[in-house]
Amino acid sequence: MRGFSWFNVTSLTLGFAFLYLPMILLVFYSFNESRLVTVWAGFSTKWYGELLRDAEFLDAAWVTLKVAVLSSTIATVLGTMAAHVLIRAGRFPGRTLFSGMIYAPLVMPEVITGLSLLLLFIGLNIDRGVFTVVLAHTTFSMCYVSVVVSSRLATFDRALEEAALDLGASPFQAFRLVTLPIIAPAVISGWLLAFTLSLDDLVIASFTTGPGATTLPIKIFSAVRLGVSPQINALSTLMIAIVAVGVITASLISKRGAIRQAREEQAGLRATG
Amino acid sequence: MAQTVFAPWEDPEEKPLIEFRNVTKRFGEFVAIDDLSLAIYSKEFFALLGPSGCGKTTMMRMLAGFEDPSEGAILLDGRDISGVPPNRRAVNMMFQSYALFPHLSVWDNIAFGLKREGQPKDKIAARVDEMLRLTRLNKFATRKPHQISGGQRQRVALARSLAKAPKLLLLDEPLGALDRKLREETQFELMDIQEKTGTTFVIVTHDQEEAMTVASRVAVMDEGRIVQVATPSVIYEAPISVYVADFIGDVNLVRGTARARPETPSVAAEAVAGPTAPEPAAAAAVAPNLAAPEQTASERSAAEAALPVDPRAPQPNALGEWLHDKVLFPILGRRKPQQKLLPAPSPQERATSDRPQTAPPRDAAQAKPAPAHADDPDALAGGGIVIDWAEGQPPVIATNGDAALDGKPVVLALRPEKVSIGKAALDMPNTLRGKVIDIAYLGNISTYHVQLADGSMIKAQTANTRRLSRRDITWEDEVWVGFSATAGVVLEE
Ligand SMILES: Nc1ncnc2c1ncn2[C@@H]1O[C@H](COP(=O)(O)OP(=O)(O)O)[C@@H](O)[C@H]1O
Ligand SMILES: [Mg+2]
Repeated sequence: MRGFSWFNVTSLTLGFAFLYLPMILLVFYSFNESRLVTVWAGFSTKWYGELLRDAEFLDAAWVTLKVAVLSSTIATVLGTMAAHVLIRAGRFPGRTLFSGMIYAPLVMPEVITGLSLLLLFIGLNIDRGVFTVVLAHTTFSMCYVSVVVSSRLATFDRALEEAALDLGASPFQAFRLVTLPIIAPAVISGWLLAFTLSLDDLVIASFTTGPGATTLPIKIFSAVRLGVSPQINALSTLMIAIVAVGVITASLISKRGAIRQAREEQAGLRATG
Repeated sequence: MAQTVFAPWEDPEEKPLIEFRNVTKRFGEFVAIDDLSLAIYSKEFFALLGPSGCGKTTMMRMLAGFEDPSEGAILLDGRDISGVPPNRRAVNMMFQSYALFPHLSVWDNIAFGLKREGQPKDKIAARVDEMLRLTRLNKFATRKPHQISGGQRQRVALARSLAKAPKLLLLDEPLGALDRKLREETQFELMDIQEKTGTTFVIVTHDQEEAMTVASRVAVMDEGRIVQVATPSVIYEAPISVYVADFIGDVNLVRGTARARPETPSVAAEAVAGPTAPEPAAAAAVAPNLAAPEQTASERSAAEAALPVDPRAPQPNALGEWLHDKVLFPILGRRKPQQKLLPAPSPQERATSDRPQTAPPRDAAQAKPAPAHADDPDALAGGGIVIDWAEGQPPVIATNGDAALDGKPVVLALRPEKVSIGKAALDMPNTLRGKVIDIAYLGNISTYHVQLADGSMIKAQTANTRRLSRRDITWEDEVWVGFSATAGVVLEE
């Protein structure tokens, strides 16, 4: 095939190796018999077993899961609402400012977000724990949700909502019965995105967490400082798996949604003139 | 059965269902609807007609509640409805885009509005089934919108908007996406539904044929204003402006200057200009060598003014004239113009005298001396106007023109089907000579594009009642086109 020169193959391999070799090593050594991370001593799943018996890790996993589910759910609700307002409200004074403010956290350094949230919680005298981490994660993942949902809403025909209103639905009913079912794939992939973001966040979580609310990334980070253990490898492998499943599902959903959307919209709407 | 004509707009007692009172709608600087007032009555099938972008959809959206007027008020049943949200209006709209809910089946699409009313389930089901029957969609009830054809989708949209039995149904270009046959079928279906349900319909269209077919009244719009509101036949036969005439159907527009035409022969006698030109200008076009080159507009004017003559005055016999022109001319020389200052021949006479040998059958009557015209019911009435439309051409007579237009630039709007065409001179008050440039054969009718002596084009239409009829007229043929003195509508420019 033309275009697949040795140069191309080499650069492709190197590129992917650069991206994935560390992870492959990590996964590989998580099945290592030996306690020494860099010496291969045969295949074993014993570190996974040990992981499941480690109460501290299980505790951290549970906290992480709670935080991820809660924050991504709240972020999805808020992010969808924000996207809807942005797309639907048309021009209102301060629209640009408003949309800019929703998207700003996307590019804000995490340290800043984390620090400012920490200052806020201290200022408000809120005890730091699961609750504050959920709030913090909601804040930054909400904008991702709203980006995903608003890109879907941008191609959503307003006439469908108007038709619902015209047939006697209240604005909320129109949203719930017509808009939401149609944009559901985008909302779900937004949720999955928020979920995985929350799952692997270290910086913001470590700023806003408190005693008794150690998330897995924090746990791993602190454990690694005492030396890398195969147990950490096993845990990381699990996290990679979960995140991969989440991301792949999200992209599949939105891809299928896009195909279905194109087909259905062609059907439900005809070109206006 | 004595059926009263449905014309609530003529009854001053009748209260309109919808009333636009000086409604203006602005989008920023842009004025989409401009100080528009309009009344639509219950059970009407009201058509909004106009070019794209003239504000039809905007009017619909204001009725449905998606836009509020910037100024003025819209009244439904006498109540101002501005501020009432769309979901609280007894108005349903069929969207220009259909706007079917893609995630719901046909059945659920139709049931959507009924469910919002919180009716009992069995009642909803009964109503949906009724709608499915009405729009012949029973077989497709469980399909999703993307699983049915365009025509079926359009019927779903219609069924959905009809299901709640609204007082007022708004149809925004409902049939635009359908092919011609389906469109016509659906038009009749719509009228049928309207008759059965008694709903008031407001239909937007930019297809004038559609408006003419379905509507009880038609409003022709232009740039946010209503130009004319009337029944389809009035709009077609008596448009009030060139814009309306041009927008509705095919039309010939003959531009010229109006001149008042005398009411009676005695008025005609006052024609001042000296010796009138005897040579009919129409003939001049055919045989330029005979035309008096010195003929001026004023002379023609005088000849024209003298048209409705005293039937008792002696007139040249048409046959004699023909004999002279065709046979005796080389011997006797040119006929002396009007020694006795007789009135000029009427256009019929000119027409018939030119080529009596090939004239249509009715010409037999016309060949008689002019006095016969006095008893002829088709005789040309006095009054009205004549229109000078081209230098050196006989003016066009329009007895239905307003004499007050004297001296003003006017346009005669003339439907092609009212223009006859023949290879021989026609027995009509207005006959013009021309050449066939193009023929559009449309099966049922043929339209001839005829170029007149001054280069302007006129369209004449004939119904093809016989197979291959009129094939005798073909491209490049020298022909006559003719029309009656009341065929056109005189409009001010
Ligand atoms: N929401 C809007 N904002 C700005 N201009 C609009 C809007 N809706 C309609 N217009 C303008 O108003 C005019 C009339 O539009 P419309 O009522 O849709 O015309 P049509 O007669 O083709 O249905 C158009 O020139 C259109 O561009
Ligand atoms: Mg429109």
